[in-house]
Amino acid sequence: MKNEPVQFVVEPLGEDCAIISLGKVISEDVNRRAVSIAEAVSDAGFEGFVEASPAYSSVAVFFDPGKARSETGTPFENVKTELERIAGAAGPSTGREKRAHTVPARFGGEDGPDLEEIAERRGLDPEDVVEIFLSRDYRVFMLGFLPGFPYLGTLDERIATSRRESPRTRVPAGSIGIAGSQTGIYPFDSPGGWQLIGRTEVTVFDPGSDDPAMFRPGDSIRFVESS
Amino acid sequence: MSLKITRAGILDTVQDLGRTGYRALGVNPGGAADRDAVRILNTLLGNDENAAGVEMHFPAANIEFEDDAVIAIGGAHFRPELKGVAVQKWTSVLAKKGETLNFTGRKYGARCYLAVRGGIETEQWLGSASTNLFVKAGGAGGRKLEKGDVLSVGGKATDGPVGLSAGRTLTDRFLLEPMLRVTEGPEHHLLTAVSANAFETGEFEVRSDSNRMGIRLEGPPLHTVDEIDLVSSAVAPGTVQLLPDGSAVILGADSQTTGGYPRIARIIAADLSIAAQVSTGDRVRFRLVPLEEAYAAMCSFERDLSFLRLGLRFRAP
Repeated sequence: MKNEPVQFVVEPLGEDCAIISLGKVISEDVNRRAVSIAEAVSDAGFEGFVEASPAYSSVAVFFDPGKARSETGTPFENVKTELERIAGAAGPSTGREKRAHTVPARFGGEDGPDLEEIAERRGLDPEDVVEIFLSRDYRVFMLGFLPGFPYLGTLDERIATSRRESPRTRVPAGSIGIAGSQTGIYPFDSPGGWQLIGRTEVTVFDPGSDDPAMFRPGDSIRFVESS
Repeated sequence: MSLKITRAGILDTVQDLGRTGYRALGVNPGGAADRDAVRILNTLLGNDENAAGVEMHFPAANIEFEDDAVIAIGGAHFRPELKGVAVQKWTSVLAKKGETLNFTGRKYGARCYLAVRGGIETEQWLGSASTNLFVKAGGAGGRKLEKGDVLSVGGKATDGPVGLSAGRTLTDRFLLEPMLRVTEGPEHHLLTAVSANAFETGEFEVRSDSNRMGIRLEGPPLHTVDEIDLVSSAVAPGTVQLLPDGSAVILGADSQTTGGYPRIARIIAADLSIAAQVSTGDRVRFRLVPLEEAYAAMCSFERDLSFLRLGLRFRAP
């Protein structure tokens, strides 16, 4: 595995949050770095560390400024120094286990009310859209928007479709949506603007569990068609 | 010891200081919108700062005490009365068995807090009693308080002193047209020069569609230098985001954990409680300050709060 030094900047988002930014792109390589840095920071910790959370190409590190204080610098400056050391030394992987999930889903009709429109806009048959969609594994880049909502990618360019002009007020839980070259699964009934192609009965987020989110950043998902 | 909701308010929930450690799963910290109010009230009562209380919007609930309890009320001023007598805010007060607390009018502010000595004991979710209305977890079954709900209070609710007040340096921070201090967000530099100036000099009115997720603002439209397509990244309560229509939103306790809109600023921790108390029609302004000033303001609040804590310790029998 290559282990080139990674380029990043650490900038503040207020007094208790440092953002490690690796660029402004959606790429598997960059996201792998982000996930690895978030894990490395969580493993190493530092005085006042609260939590680290990876996004597409950045990591948010929250800390308690009262505990990260020192004689020499502001809490952010101290945390920045720590993060530059930890992130600079982090490899492309911490070796933490990544899971591969298989998600059964139904496509089109009531389960995927936008499938026809996607097909029309992309000049394909609905069956082709589904076939292309099922033909690859997707990486869980990050969780956000709603508890447990996985941002997945990257879609085949032939089926990438921009968001709906006007969002739906209610998208049913389990719906699988497309937005640009991203796809994702709605864990709860919620408003949403992604194009819906299908739906799964898998429990994406279980509030009753100690480990409530089915997916973690860095996991992979393969969709299969269920009857 | 317990208290009973005898009339439901419009949106009253059990809240503590929120849950940490689950942002990576997309779970926001939640918790009281006005954290400082909860910390002051709990300190006043000798509780752990993180003890759960009730966050109320107006019109607020009627609450009957099923046993004697020592309580304190703070945050927004909803003209609280106990058995028809006005209750002094930011003061530990004895509520007798059978008495009812009610709120007779909104004088100012958006959210009023009731803390009880011993703290309210409810269902915990991911390490916090805070109510997450979306997930329907934490607090009173993950929902707002309804008529007939009974909340248990931990410990001996009547032990310890009553009639003690928090000093005005801690509690007199509410302003009708607040100047909210902010630090620059990661995308502040993307604002046009005109918009950067308008952000600091303009007046922004709080829209009626504001809630615990965010405070929507109406003001001079703000624009970025180019049409930009950002990659989603972290946000946190107090983040000022610029929406595509040129309006700004201040994210609240129940906001998402990530977002794709420019983060032009973040309210400093010391002023977050002031922002949590603005309501429809209020006007706010923003003033950019260096991070050092934000830390100094935070230290000043922490010092005042520790003075209160120490003062009470010496007063206690």
